[in-house]
Amino acid sequence: MIPLPKPLHDLFRPPPTPGVLGVFAHLDATVDAIKKLRAGGHTNFTVYSPIPRHEIEDALDQPVSPVRIFTLIGGIAGCAVGAWLTLYMSYDWPLVVGGKPIGAIPPYVVIMFEMTILFGALSTILGIVFNAVFAARRLGTIQWDGRFTNDKFGVFVPAAPDKAAGAESLLKGAGAEEVRRG
Amino acid sequence: MADGMTRVTYDYVTRTIARTLGNPGRGYFLLLGAAVALLSVGIVTLLFLLRYGLGLAGYSHPVYWAVFITCFVFWVGIAHSGTLISAILFLFRSAWRTAVYRTAEAMTVFAVMTAGLFPLIHIGRQWYFYWLIPYPNERGLWPNFKSPLIWDEFAIGTYFTVSTVFLIMGLIPDIAAVRDLATGWRKKLYTLCSVGWRGTNEEWRHYTRGYLYLAALATPLVLSVHSVVSWDFAMAIVPGWHATIFAPYFVAGAIYSGCAMVITLLVPIRKLFQLEELITIKHFENLSKLCLLTGSIVGYAYVCEYFIAWFSGNPTERAAFWYRAFGPYWWATWTMLICNAFLPLLLWVKKIRTNLTALFVISIFVNIGMWFERYVIIVVSLAGEPHTPWTNAVYNPTWADWGIMAGSFGWFFMWFLLFVKNFPAVSIAEVKEVLAPPRRVAAKGGAHA
Repeated sequence: MIPLPKPLHDLFRPPPTPGVLGVFAHLDATVDAIKKLRAGGHTNFTVYSPIPRHEIEDALDQPVSPVRIFTLIGGIAGCAVGAWLTLYMSYDWPLVVGGKPIGAIPPYVVIMFEMTILFGALSTILGIVFNAVFAARRLGTIQWDGRFTNDKFGVFVPAAPDKAAGAESLLKGAGAEEVRRG
Repeated sequence: MADGMTRVTYDYVTRTIARTLGNPGRGYFLLLGAAVALLSVGIVTLLFLLRYGLGLAGYSHPVYWAVFITCFVFWVGIAHSGTLISAILFLFRSAWRTAVYRTAEAMTVFAVMTAGLFPLIHIGRQWYFYWLIPYPNERGLWPNFKSPLIWDEFAIGTYFTVSTVFLIMGLIPDIAAVRDLATGWRKKLYTLCSVGWRGTNEEWRHYTRGYLYLAALATPLVLSVHSVVSWDFAMAIVPGWHATIFAPYFVAGAIYSGCAMVITLLVPIRKLFQLEELITIKHFENLSKLCLLTGSIVGYAYVCEYFIAWFSGNPTERAAFWYRAFGPYWWATWTMLICNAFLPLLLWVKKIRTNLTALFVISIFVNIGMWFERYVIIVVSLAGEPHTPWTNAVYNPTWADWGIMAGSFGWFFMWFLLFVKNFPAVSIAEVKEVLAPPRRVAAKGGAHA
């Protein structure tokens, strides 16, 4: 690793977040753990899973992702850009083609439609990246296990060392096959 | 893959698909070598075209849209089934798509990449390609937005961009899964490509939402793209082109040829990478049912075209269709009819639908038939143009046309083969999604429910 000056070091290589990681082999055990954690007042924990499951989503009860706002704004912007592109350029260089009006709407709808899709899709990607990166600001400082992309589920509960024992017994009680402190 | 598949666990899926990234054996490299050889034929032909001009191709008055445009429409069409399988069937929550959609989607991207080459080759002076794009120039001269050729530019550009980002989005969790099994330089490569994916609840929350919207945007897009391609012809007044049925007819034909191409690609891939347990006969059967559906629509469109030509009482329309079926190009028209409308009727028989060799052969015939469909529509309509009978002439492709076409197949297969070897060609996460998840209660019984 390349050594970094202090402010950059703090920003890019933050110290690990203390907490407890539970590794689960079963989906229902993971869901149990989430429910118990929420009942115990924990809100700031992270769930890892190899695939998205509605059971996990329902147990976490999170709001719908704001990505859809990005899609909507991108789509509207794309449609407007398509309209502007065709109409402005037609009036900028007014040539009568095939006896049609200079600013003919029906043929321009095709371009407006394609631009709606293009901008909508690109801003959806931006939305995913922006939201996921923002949500991932703690990644790298919290514990993780390579098996979570294969066949294991995981729950990481941030907890100060003196409070870790409670979280540990909670995860074990829910059926974690492995519990680690970090 | 629902029945009798208790062996198929999450871990099995990850490892089986990760194995396709290992050493694929001699067969793979022979295929790759063949693809590169074909591509070299195309490159050499292109160099000749650049040196001596487009005259080397068979262009002759009145046929100035010929094999290059035929290939363009053919490859755009091939692309379409990929988006159908990855986006439209995703919205319909069709579980069988999970095992085949990645291959189909990669095929889409590479087919559009191939299609995009043809307008460039066709314009002859590739270094002026940017004249197609509206950009501020010193004369303030903009492209004509009332022309379907410009719509096509926007449609194909959007289609390429959206299907590429859709493919890449789908790949990220899978690359993360193979990253966590890989070692050495591959681990470094996949770490970079997986952009830090960990599978947290927040990542999935935004990802699944975004993926849904991408699918929802790709669905109308795919229907629009081949409609716009069809308007390249239908907006002109050439008899045989000027028909309102063209948009749905072209879209159905595109999906038809694409599904056939998916079968053509999947049969060897499945064998080469031993994916028999993930890509089952059921998947091939469903693909051939899609072929049957879209092929019937195409067959109906053929009947409709001839019926309308007769029923309209329009002499030029009648002449154009008579010329198609019984003129000097009768062989092309009948190849198209037999390969696209008659041969696939065999797919009504379940025994044929579930026989991979038969399916492979039929799919190749459909590919040939769909190529000839575009040839018939484009070349034959121009050659026998009944409005101007004094210009009628028989066009014949030359070695330059065939060379470029061979090159396009090489280009497509090269990218495709490189992709399946280096990236997960079957979606790891989505195949797991249709499996029963491991549960404690069922696990006590010894098997996954």
